[in-house]
Amino acid sequence: MKPGNRLLKKRCQITRSSLFREMRERKREKRLSVIMTVRLFLWKGSDPVIFIEQAKKIFQTKNGPVKAVDNINLSIQEGEIFGMIGYSGAGKSTLIRMLNGLETPTEGSVTVAGRKISTIKGSELRKARQEIGMIFQHFNLLWSRTVRENIAFPLEIAGVKKAERDKRVNELIELVGLEGRGDSYPSQLSGGQKQRVGIARALANNPKVLLCDEATSALDPQTTDSILELLVDINERLGLTIVLITHEMHVIRKICHRVAVMENGNIVELGPVLDVFRRPEQPITKRFVQQVTEPEESKETIQHLLAEHPDGKIVKLTFVGVSAEQPVVTELIRSFNVGVNILQGKISQTQNGAYGTLYVQITGDAGEVAKAVAFLDAQQVDSEVIEYD
Amino acid sequence: MIEQWFPNVNWEKMWEATYETLYMTSISVVITFILGILLGLLLFLTSKGQLWENKVVYGVTAVIVNVFRSIPFIILIVLLIPFTKAIMDTIIGENAALPALIIGAAPFYARMVEIALREIDKGVIEAARAMGSSTWTIISKVLIPESLPALVSGLTVTAIALVGYTAMAGVIGAGGLGNLAFLDGFQRSRNDVTIMATIVILIIVFIIQFVGDTAVRKLDKR
Repeated sequence: MKPGNRLLKKRCQITRSSLFREMRERKREKRLSVIMTVRLFLWKGSDPVIFIEQAKKIFQTKNGPVKAVDNINLSIQEGEIFGMIGYSGAGKSTLIRMLNGLETPTEGSVTVAGRKISTIKGSELRKARQEIGMIFQHFNLLWSRTVRENIAFPLEIAGVKKAERDKRVNELIELVGLEGRGDSYPSQLSGGQKQRVGIARALANNPKVLLCDEATSALDPQTTDSILELLVDINERLGLTIVLITHEMHVIRKICHRVAVMENGNIVELGPVLDVFRRPEQPITKRFVQQVTEPEESKETIQHLLAEHPDGKIVKLTFVGVSAEQPVVTELIRSFNVGVNILQGKISQTQNGAYGTLYVQITGDAGEVAKAVAFLDAQQVDSEVIEYD
Repeated sequence: MIEQWFPNVNWEKMWEATYETLYMTSISVVITFILGILLGLLLFLTSKGQLWENKVVYGVTAVIVNVFRSIPFIILIVLLIPFTKAIMDTIIGENAALPALIIGAAPFYARMVEIALREIDKGVIEAARAMGSSTWTIISKVLIPESLPALVSGLTVTAIALVGYTAMAGVIGAGGLGNLAFLDGFQRSRNDVTIMATIVILIIVFIIQFVGDTAVRKLDKR
């Protein structure tokens, strides 16, 4: 039984007791599913909730037509956290807006939760939108309404009765951790709290999909992390599919299962986050990956080290998933007669497992060093000998 | 002492004129508010990039609004005499002033409504659309509540302008404080009557301003 699906069935009604039950269950499941990569396999088997087929969007401007989205094919599975990354103007904003009909594709079709968003209109489209939550970079709360009233807004639109609305608002306030702030106005809240209201509002009608439009770009790093944790939590508790766009690789690394890299209206690279981190193919992807793995000064430092330590070899080890948790370096020292000098390292956690880089200097007899490098190659570790240039 | 300073003021007449001014102002403010909101919404919604974007409707509405806003009020009253006669069946008295007051003030207020609506963050409207709001829901639950402080302060300005308009309307026989000041004060050289009428008008204006400011302060949660 897929853990995601079991949780999914309970999505409709979250009550406090069922939440706790789910949390207990989740803990048990976490123990059972030893490695997170298993999950990757799991939602590969579940049903796609979003289908984009040959979608194009051309805007007519004064300077002629501009292709914002150019022939995109994509399917997103139920329960997945899917990230789209790109610089501004890459078309990611247009693409995410196609998912709830704020933009209609010039060509092609978009299907979300069984409804063809790209063709439906009027009340049918409005109904479909109630099942797709959206949060925004600038929160877009109504300043004239309190937190409670803001969260109740989509429920009013859906025609939910007052008593039921109040009950649901209370659940949502608890879900996003805003207890006691219900009667505040948005102007009295911090950025992070405002985004929590945005999330509660987006979840009010039990949507099947949550769209996040640069949801953390206006927040400081610490608040960003807390909002991302909340999103992961919601994804796990409710089995909710999340589609997010961002220009920060940090966000992708932290919460996404799969990532699409966008450039000039196209998806240039697509895959599980860990794979993309391990083997970025396109230059743009490499740049994004470097945002997270290598600090700016890394390259300079390495050059400096090479100049300082001409003897031995400097090796960059890339650990992915399981290998990141193995004592590779210990084994290296035990098995070979070499000296290992750790120069620099960094490890990041992704939703599919850990990803890290480690720079070591291996000194000793040339033959031993060569053997040591060969040993590293044989491990589930990517190694790369860095030459002086 | 008041009797000493204002020997020629007939207090009964003064009260009556005040009542007439208040009557003309309040009725025209209410109708101007409704018409102005409707016209302002039409201007806003049909403008570029909005829900009902329509160049023709926007253009025609904008021209009508601009024309009526530009005609000096005293000329507008005269121009509207046939129209007033047709719909009110009279051209004298407080009611006869109402069509001109409303037609003069509504376009003025409509522009202020349009400006107020433009101030609303586009993202908020987008969020409402993303939640599945109908246009009516967006108007009633987003556009109006979110621009309410600006709508009220615009109405304050319009109401004060309307008090001024009633005084002008008074000169051509609509009654009210303007009429009293002109006929009883100016034409009969009784300066004290003119001054008293002015004081009453000032009091009315101050009260409107105070009520408007207080309402805006209460409404604005930003």
